[in-house]
Amino acid sequence: MRPQGSRELLLQGNEAVVEGALAVGCTFYAGYPITPSTEIAEGLAARLPAVGGTFLQMEDEIGSLAACLGASLAGAKAMTATSGPGFSLMQELIGYGCVAEIPAVIVNVMRGGPSTGLPTSPSQGDVMQTRWGTHGDHPIIVLTASSVREAFDMTVRAFNLSEKYRNPVILLLDEVVGHMREKVRLPARGAVGRVDRIRPSMPPEWYAPYEETNTGVPPMAAFGDGYRYHVTGLVHDRMGFPTQQKTEIVQGVNRLFRKIERGFREICLTEEASTDDAEAVVVAYGSVARSAREAVEELRVQGRRAGLLRLQTLWPFPRAAFERILGRGTVRSFLVCEMNRGQVYREVLRVVRGRSEVHKLTRNDGELITPAEIAKALREWL
Amino acid sequence: MERSNRQIIQKYLRHNKKFPHIWCPGCGNGVVLGCLLRAIDRIGWIKDDVVLVSGIGCSSRAPVYVDFNTLHTVHGRALAFATGVKLARPHLHVVTLMGDGDSVGIGGNHFVHACRRNIDMTAVIINNQIYGMTGGQVSPATPQGALSTTTVYGNLDQPFDISRLAEAAGATFVARSTTYHVKELEKVLGQAFRHVGFSVVEVVAGCPTTYGRRNKLGGPVEMMRWQKEKAVSVKKAREMAPEELAGRIVTGVLVDRDAPEYTREYEKIREAARAAQPEPTVEEDKVDRTGAEP
Repeated sequence: MRPQGSRELLLQGNEAVVEGALAVGCTFYAGYPITPSTEIAEGLAARLPAVGGTFLQMEDEIGSLAACLGASLAGAKAMTATSGPGFSLMQELIGYGCVAEIPAVIVNVMRGGPSTGLPTSPSQGDVMQTRWGTHGDHPIIVLTASSVREAFDMTVRAFNLSEKYRNPVILLLDEVVGHMREKVRLPARGAVGRVDRIRPSMPPEWYAPYEETNTGVPPMAAFGDGYRYHVTGLVHDRMGFPTQQKTEIVQGVNRLFRKIERGFREICLTEEASTDDAEAVVVAYGSVARSAREAVEELRVQGRRAGLLRLQTLWPFPRAAFERILGRGTVRSFLVCEMNRGQVYREVLRVVRGRSEVHKLTRNDGELITPAEIAKALREWL
Repeated sequence: MERSNRQIIQKYLRHNKKFPHIWCPGCGNGVVLGCLLRAIDRIGWIKDDVVLVSGIGCSSRAPVYVDFNTLHTVHGRALAFATGVKLARPHLHVVTLMGDGDSVGIGGNHFVHACRRNIDMTAVIINNQIYGMTGGQVSPATPQGALSTTTVYGNLDQPFDISRLAEAAGATFVARSTTYHVKELEKVLGQAFRHVGFSVVEVVAGCPTTYGRRNKLGGPVEMMRWQKEKAVSVKKAREMAPEELAGRIVTGVLVDRDAPEYTREYEKIREAARAAQPEPTVEEDKVDRTGAEP
């Protein structure tokens, strides 16, 4: 009964995450139930054991991410999924994963916050938390998706980037994408590109688990492979031992950033529609980008020069796309549409630096932003 | 063949780690680490297969000195990390080393759940009744009335009996010893490591620097003497009245029972899942990685 070829399915976004995880070789999931992410746990609870993997329901979200990081250190491709309150609990360990350079995928299906908030109305209020939720300077990769198929693709990509860069990757979905159903054609298993972390090939006595390399990413041995090394959340030297020496601190921490910066081109994904001659460009991500696309198409039919910049990567912030659009010289204003009080809006202000107008259209009442609202706002700036 | 302490040091301590260690004179952590290494050596575990996991605190600094796979995690979560390691690679020998605050304070939830799951790993808890690394604050194991920097007028809280907590939560092996009873400690650690299932060893230790001085318990020698005088074996304790046992430290193996072990039971879950929905296993699902993009 080996699945052959591509498959056409009617799936929820959360179910597509399950399919993506299995397709890319996830073998470990630990999580705690929370709406609107629970279907991911339920799907993997049924499916992971059948592929020889492990599903574990932990006592809380802290334990869930801890178990994932432990499993990853033992060589597994590990994932957890949660929503706002659980994501808040995971923050300390996200920083641990960054500094100890442990691959793991964390899916956050956003619901309205703060605190228990609006269970479980849609929201995009966790954008800044994914960037700065854990304490201290650290690099992070955050992907998002606007459709069920893209939820599949981004889950695959999240694992692959996580393995390649030895860094936790967050997949930030909103409740709409998590719960809506769409017909999708999923690729055959073998057609999904898989990236595995680089394992050390040198003899164990030469292995330095946190050494400088050309890519900035050191090879990663699994516990039990014969490379006995030390893992810690303390700032450490190239051997993983705690250090207080200024040169080692700076070298170690800077390498964490350098390894991600080298990959900006493949990490920072955006999609543009009708931006070539656009005077007003809508900036949107997640489910809001679907409304934005419809609004832009409507205005184009009316002969208005509107465009869409859809963000697929939120962090590192895809600055290059804004430079590209600004470089064309036609854009007079950006309109940032999001279900929060303007988190990406402030980033756009930061990267545009006064070279065009930047406006926002936001909702934080648990309701979607409609195409009509976006079209109306766009008309004001065209 | 029994190795001398010098041989144990040469075999198990990291040669490339800068010593000295961070522990104060009179600390019990080194005693426990020595017993742990001798017990492992006696069993004959291969170093590549041993994972030593810890949380945060003085005792949790131990792994960095030892030539195993070592994992110094965040405060309170050592057992949750250990759970992931063990489930992902069940053939590894996973030992978790924590203090009293780490294991039953901030990590109390993970501790009781680890006890109930009966995963084949060992939790060694060094109970010095105080938060030592931060300078002597009250811990969940500090006796009532004791002084600390945050119970300046005496501790109101009732302390946890860590071993009884472990037993009530379902641990299938529980033992207690002290840093004075070195031979017994080494022996119960060996029993815990051999036990199939979740095992807990509580080690009563002294912190002369932050607890002994403030509570006028004397120096390291007097605190060791206190352990010697207060200790009573499980066997003897059975014949004593509860009022006689008040303030005593019952040492020895408190619980030792058989129960289905988690990672072995999980194999049955995998078989049931395979029967219910055949999918290619990760190994069978060969993938052409050429041209793979992340």
